[in-house]
Amino acid sequence: MIRFLLHRTLQGIVLILIVSMIGFAVINLAPGGPLSQYALTPGISQADLERIAHQMGLDRPLPIQYLDWLSKLIVGDWGSSYRDQSPVLSVIWRHMWATLLLMGCATVISVVLGTLIGVLGALRRYSLFDYVATVGAMIALSIPTFWFGLIAIFFFSLELGWLPAGNMYTVGDQSLGDYAIHLIMPSAVLALVNVAIWSRYMRASTLDVMDQDYVRTARAKGLPRWRIISAHIVRNALIPMITLAGLQLPTIIGGALVTETVFTWPGLGRLFIDSLGYNDYPVIMGLLMFSAILTVVGNFLADVGVALADPRIRLG
Amino acid sequence: MTDPVLSVRDLRVRFRSGGRETQVVHGVDFDIRGGETLALVGESGSGKSVTSFALMRLLPEAPRCRISGSVRIGGVELLELSERRMAAIRGPRIAMIFQEPLTSLNPVHRVGDQIAEAIRFHRRMSRSAIRARVIELLSMVGIPDPARRMHAYPGEMSGGMRQRVVIAMALALEPDLLIADEPTTALDVTVQAQILELLKDIQRRTNMAMLFITHDFGVVAEIADRVMVMYAGRIVEGGELAEVLSSPRMPYTRGLLGSVPRFEDAGLRSGPLGTIEGFVPSPDALPQGCAFHPRCPHARPGLCDVDLPDLTAVDGTGHRVRCLRASEPLATENTEVPA
Repeated sequence: MIRFLLHRTLQGIVLILIVSMIGFAVINLAPGGPLSQYALTPGISQADLERIAHQMGLDRPLPIQYLDWLSKLIVGDWGSSYRDQSPVLSVIWRHMWATLLLMGCATVISVVLGTLIGVLGALRRYSLFDYVATVGAMIALSIPTFWFGLIAIFFFSLELGWLPAGNMYTVGDQSLGDYAIHLIMPSAVLALVNVAIWSRYMRASTLDVMDQDYVRTARAKGLPRWRIISAHIVRNALIPMITLAGLQLPTIIGGALVTETVFTWPGLGRLFIDSLGYNDYPVIMGLLMFSAILTVVGNFLADVGVALADPRIRLG
Repeated sequence: MTDPVLSVRDLRVRFRSGGRETQVVHGVDFDIRGGETLALVGESGSGKSVTSFALMRLLPEAPRCRISGSVRIGGVELLELSERRMAAIRGPRIAMIFQEPLTSLNPVHRVGDQIAEAIRFHRRMSRSAIRARVIELLSMVGIPDPARRMHAYPGEMSGGMRQRVVIAMALALEPDLLIADEPTTALDVTVQAQILELLKDIQRRTNMAMLFITHDFGVVAEIADRVMVMYAGRIVEGGELAEVLSSPRMPYTRGLLGSVPRFEDAGLRSGPLGTIEGFVPSPDALPQGCAFHPRCPHARPGLCDVDLPDLTAVDGTGHRVRCLRASEPLATENTEVPA
């Protein structure tokens, strides 16, 4: 187990390094660049621009810039935003908890509902419930998130006036209930697709397990139905879901991108879009690295989780 | 004579799929008494496993599968019980061991917990009493160091050891009847002999009845008191072990017996092992008359392909045969001229 953990950690570090190189190269080779912001300033001279470039270290060769950036990154200095000079880590930190709140709610909804729908669909295969769930999942997967978000805003905010159309809180209120009411729509929209995905995977996994010989053995032992379902079907069917959950961790950044934009939610997805617009390289690179780290950590946690849940992996 | 533990009458099983109904068991009758072992023998597809699963009610539910007839254990009609009450029968009254020891245990639970689970839902017993019983069961089935091995996962055990665990699980509540569905087929021959010995030994001590399903007459000779041969969903011959082995009347039984390799034959008799030509007919397309006649070396046109023979007694010993030519004088294989 320890060997396995070490091995995976090393793999993760190499992967993150590769992502950082590619990311750094692509962003710096793209047209535009941080100086284009200053170039628009009226009355600025070429000499001024060169001086700024020198100050920011942009006149050095790219590999040197990369190594400089990387060595600072390792010691926790992720650079500062071009926009307001605040440190990248604190910018990410400031936006992260909004995203965590939204993704946390959406994830809890999708895991609980998705698992439930998937298991029920498998247990009552080809029943009315199963057909409705299947068709519902197909529809949910086909609807673009931004469209569904806009429709939801149209009905629940504009027509009915039940829910706020965007933002995380009402300025001047910020009570717990106020946060909750702002959370409902974006997390529901975000959960819709994930419930669909999760329920489909869970249904397939449950059907797979139901055909196993050990489920027949459990019935032959005269166990009550609930016990067979919980200890022998769902328990085993959830193992592949751990991997799926691990793969979803990095979607904390990407997954909420559209939803955060539609609902003007001040999270990481919005930060990413805004930073792209400003050519704010340090923040973009920071988010890229953050996402890469989350991917590696998610995979790592999934592997550990599967090993803990499945003795065949742990001992094999 | 004591009352039978299990009494099966006119058991019929029909499967439905895609709007078509297929009958795979066509009216099977038998009794098993305490301490007795009845072997149910037949090729793959003869309906023997479906019969055993029907007794346990482990077949798919109503629209997909219909079971009719009567299965009584200790005076209780199993086919009329609700699923909940049937669950209370499985374990203390009937238990079952399966053909695939490698897959019949849940890989994610410790073997001791899986045995304990079989006890926990039927008996009010303390945790420590259950633990003691699990250790007792594991040592009874011959697993060394049971107090340690009970914490092992199935993946850490060999096939033979896993089958012992499955047996321990089935015996946990001292069932009246044990159904063993080809329990040794997937095992090495040496392990096979050990498992058979173990089952016989346990039976001697507990007076449990056993329904032993196999296709191997070698195994039958080891373990059975009585034999029933099944073909295409019907019993075609049945009787005391010695009677059936020494004077099989049904050509199918003779074919099965002829296909058992014998140790003492090695090097003494040349020539190929006996085989039965052809295949078990599909339950969708059973031939008219005796289901075996297309493969039978003794089938007589105009007789065997017309009427379905009844299962009739031969000379009052309880030996019964489903063959129209069974009453004709026995001829040896060499002089028999196919009609």
